[in-house]
Parts: sequence; C-alpha cells; structure tokens
Amino acid sequence: MSAAAGLAAPIASAPKRGSGFGLAVALLAPIALVNAAGFLLPVLNLARMSFYEVEPTGTMREVYTLATWAKLITDSFYGELLLNSITVSLGITLLTLLCSYPIALYLHRSSGTWKTILLVLVISPLLTSAVVRTYGWIAILSDSGLVNNGLAALGLARIRLMFNQIGVTIGLTEILMPYMILALLAGFGRLDPRIEEAASTLGAPPFTVFRRIILPLTLPGIALGCLLCFVLAVSSFITPKLLGGGRVFLLATEIYDQAIVTLNWPLAATLSLIVLGVFGGALVLYTRALRAIM
Amino acid sequence: MDERPVSLTLKLLALAMFVFLLAPLIVVVPISFSGDAYMTFPPTSWSLKWYPAIFKDGTMTAAFWTSIVLACVVTALSLLIALPAAWCLVRLKPRGAEVMSSLFTAPLLLPTIVLGLAILIVFARFGLLATFPGLVAAHLIVTLPYALRVLATALATLPLAVEEAAATLGASPLTVFRRITLPMMKSGLIGTTALCFLVSFDEVVLSLFMTGPRIQTLPVAMYHHVEQQADPLVAALSVLLVVLTLLVVLVVDRTSGLAKTFVK
Repeated sequence: MSAAAGLAAPIASAPKRGSGFGLAVALLAPIALVNAAGFLLPVLNLARMSFYEVEPTGTMREVYTLATWAKLITDSFYGELLLNSITVSLGITLLTLLCSYPIALYLHRSSGTWKTILLVLVISPLLTSAVVRTYGWIAILSDSGLVNNGLAALGLARIRLMFNQIGVTIGLTEILMPYMILALLAGFGRLDPRIEEAASTLGAPPFTVFRRIILPLTLPGIALGCLLCFVLAVSSFITPKLLGGGRVFLLATEIYDQAIVTLNWPLAATLSLIVLGVFGGALVLYTRALRAIM
Repeated sequence: MDERPVSLTLKLLALAMFVFLLAPLIVVVPISFSGDAYMTFPPTSWSLKWYPAIFKDGTMTAAFWTSIVLACVVTALSLLIALPAAWCLVRLKPRGAEVMSSLFTAPLLLPTIVLGLAILIVFARFGLLATFPGLVAAHLIVTLPYALRVLATALATLPLAVEEAAATLGASPLTVFRRITLPMMKSGLIGTTALCFLVSFDEVVLSLFMTGPRIQTLPVAMYHHVEQQADPLVAALSVLLVVLTLLVVLVVDRTSGLAKTFVK
C-alpha cells in the first residue's frame, strides 16, 4: 500500500488545473450544501441563540440580552454543574486509560490471526449502539443484577451501583475503552521491541523497563487517548441519563433537558457554548502536554 | 515481527480488561432467554418468549423498519454525494482543497449533543422535526464526513498509472472512472457503505433531538423503553443487533480487511 502511494504521489502532485472550474463546483456543490445547511448555519445560529431573551413565561423573544449568561454566572447550580462534569469526566478518563493500557500493549505484541480476532473484539463494541451497551450495564449493576445477586448469594449486603455516580463512571469507562485502545495503538508505533530487549539484557527488571522505556515512549498515544475520552465523556449523555436515572447532573444531560423538556433554548445554547469552551481548554492542555513530551 | 515474549502479568491484566470490555455485550445473551417478566440476573426461569415478543411489539417493529430504510437511504445518498466530492478533491485538486476537506469533516469534531441542539433549532423553523427527510438530513451531516474521509484515502492510494494508461488508449474520463477507478477502489466503497450504514443505524443522540411520537428510530425506541422499564425484550433485541453488527463487520473483514478500513 505504501509502495503504491509512493508511486502515485509524484504523478498526483502534477498540476491538473484548468480541467474545468465548473466541473469542480458541480461535484462539490451537494456536500457543500449539506455542510452549510446542517453544520455551519446551525452552529452560528446556536451562538446567536444564546443571547436571545426568555420571558418568565418561557416564551422566547428575538431580542438580544445578556440575561442567560448572567444567570449562568450568578447561579451557583451551573458552576457546580460545570465543576462536576469536569471532575467526573477526568476520573472516567483516568480509569479508561488504566483499563485500556494492558489491552493495547497486549494487542501491540500479538500478531497474525489472533491479533485480527482481538481487534474485532475491540472494535465490535464501538459499532454497537450505546443504548445496547448501557442496557448490559443495567443488567450487571441494577439491584437485581449480576453483581448484587452475586453478593446476595455469598450472603453479603447489596450495594447501590445504579442511579448514582458509580454506575455512570463504570458504564462510561467501558463505553469509551475502544476509543482509548485505538488511540493508544496509533501511538505505540514508536515502541521498538529492540530497545526494551536491550534494557532487559542490561539487567533492568520488567517494571523498570516499563517505567523507564515503555511508558515514556507511549506518552503521545496516552495524551491523544485522554483528550479523546475526556471530550467524549463531557459530551455523552445516553449513559449518564440511563445509568444516572436523573440523579446525576452533568452538562450534557442538562443541555438535553433544557432543549427537550424545559424548552429553554437560549439556556441550552449557552450551555452548549460552555461545552465547546471546555473542549477548547482540553485542546490547549493537550498541545501543551504534547510539546512537553516530544 | 515482535520477538518480545508477553509476560504472564500482562496476559492476565489484558484478559481481565477484555472481560470488562465485553461484559455488557455478553450479559444480554442469557437475559434474552429469560422467562421472567422483569430483568434479573441470573434469570430464575428460561424461555424463548422474548424473541417473538419483539415482532409483536408494534412500536419496535415500526422503529426497526424506519431505521433500516433510513440507514439505506442515508448510505446511498452519502455515497452519491461523497464520491464526486472525494474524486474532485483528490484528482482535480481545486484551490483550497485542504481547507474544504477539513471543513467538510468538521461536523465530526463537534460533540453530537451540541450538533443535535443546533440542528433542532434550525430544523424546527423549517418544519423538519419528526419527519423522515429531517432524519435523513441529520444523519447525512455525520455520515458524509466519514464517507468523504474513507473514499478520499481510497482514491489517493490508487496507482494513477493504470488510469493514465486507459486515458492514453482513448478512454473518456467517465469511462476511466467507471471501468478503472471504481473497480479498483472496491474495498474503499465497501468500507464506506458499511461504516455509513452502521453510523446511521446506531445513531441515537441526533435522532433523539429529531424524533417525536410520530416517527422513531430503533435506538430511540430502545432508549425510551429502557428509560421506562428494563425488561428482557431489549435484551433479545440487543442480541439481534449485535449479530447484525458482527455480520457487517465480518463482511467488511472478508472483502477489504477490517484493520485497513477502521484503523487508520
């Protein structure tokens, strides 16, 4: 594949312009139309919407005001919501990393058909609906689920694992694992087995090899995976909704409730912009971290 | 390639984490054969009643057909729209091709909850909420970037010499595309088809914003069902969906190689 790309590259880069500006426009028009009508316009409209006025009765008026923003800043509920979203997502990201790392390292070291089978096992959950996987977690974590019936069979007390932050954390960790594994694998390319071998030949115990060789070399993959999982954790709401049962308040669930239940669109729009702000912050931290590692 | 032996500790850790990763998918299988009216694990009795129950549930069957038709329409439209665009961006290389391809794939960077809200507000104004065309448009926004990306990669890695040989021998550009380019990028086309179908079929966040009592997709119907009551019906349905997904994945793996299609 790379040989073919190498052959094609010099020819492909030769200028082929002049074969019709009109043709290019015709070929790109449909995708540009969908992009403009379904992405650019709605997102710009969202930014405008956050400055619309909402009357106490709930009706929205197309009058510009800073009231929604002021409400978000002064009402401590939203400050806690933001803080809670960030801390829960950070915890989930860390757990996802710890659970995914062994799988990624093992996958990196296996080969052939076995590796393909394992890859299918990693990717299949990714292609299965989050609703299905969350339902599976309900079966495991609910009061009459696998864990609690197992505890009862052993004569132990049941514990509450659902409708609280524990359930949301466990469920989201598992749901985000495939993304983390794929990101880690992409970053493992720099891991040369010969360096590890050299270290162990020179007498380094396995844990030292891991701490001094493997871990530093895989840091870029770790950073990428963490960024991806944090961003996905902040914006996911199917799992928090179903496993949290309305008792876990996060930014994403609040956006949905405001948009669909309360119908306060300016507030939902403003919260969305805050989510985008959190994304921006995560991206800045990621580029800083990457510069420090490389 | 890798000579380093895998230590026992790593093997055991990886095994434990694989069990954790696959637990929710495995656990629905025994529950789908439960004979109980409510979900308990392990079930107290066994039966096959939940599988026929799916087909007797009017909401679920209607939602299933909506999802299937929707996924087929969205996949066909994605190919029809993304293929000319990918060909144009890769082969014609118009000015600003790179800026355009990042713009066209940008919807993937936006969290679906934000995108869902954004299109809810705009689509509501045009009366597209809870309509089939509205759902098609919403799904296209997320499938097109995937389609464009996979097809552009497939096109860029084709050896140009064959196409140029055909053109030199007198084939018109359209003939070259139809007889040479399309057959050669078969695996890319299959990958795109599978990816668009699965993305549309599993899409739940955008659909939740776009559906209403009049029209529902299967994931949305399942979401509302689980929200009300988590009975074994959803388990039986989940087993069918997992089998469907595995079939698609197997087809893709057989025809074009899974790793090549999904891991870039």
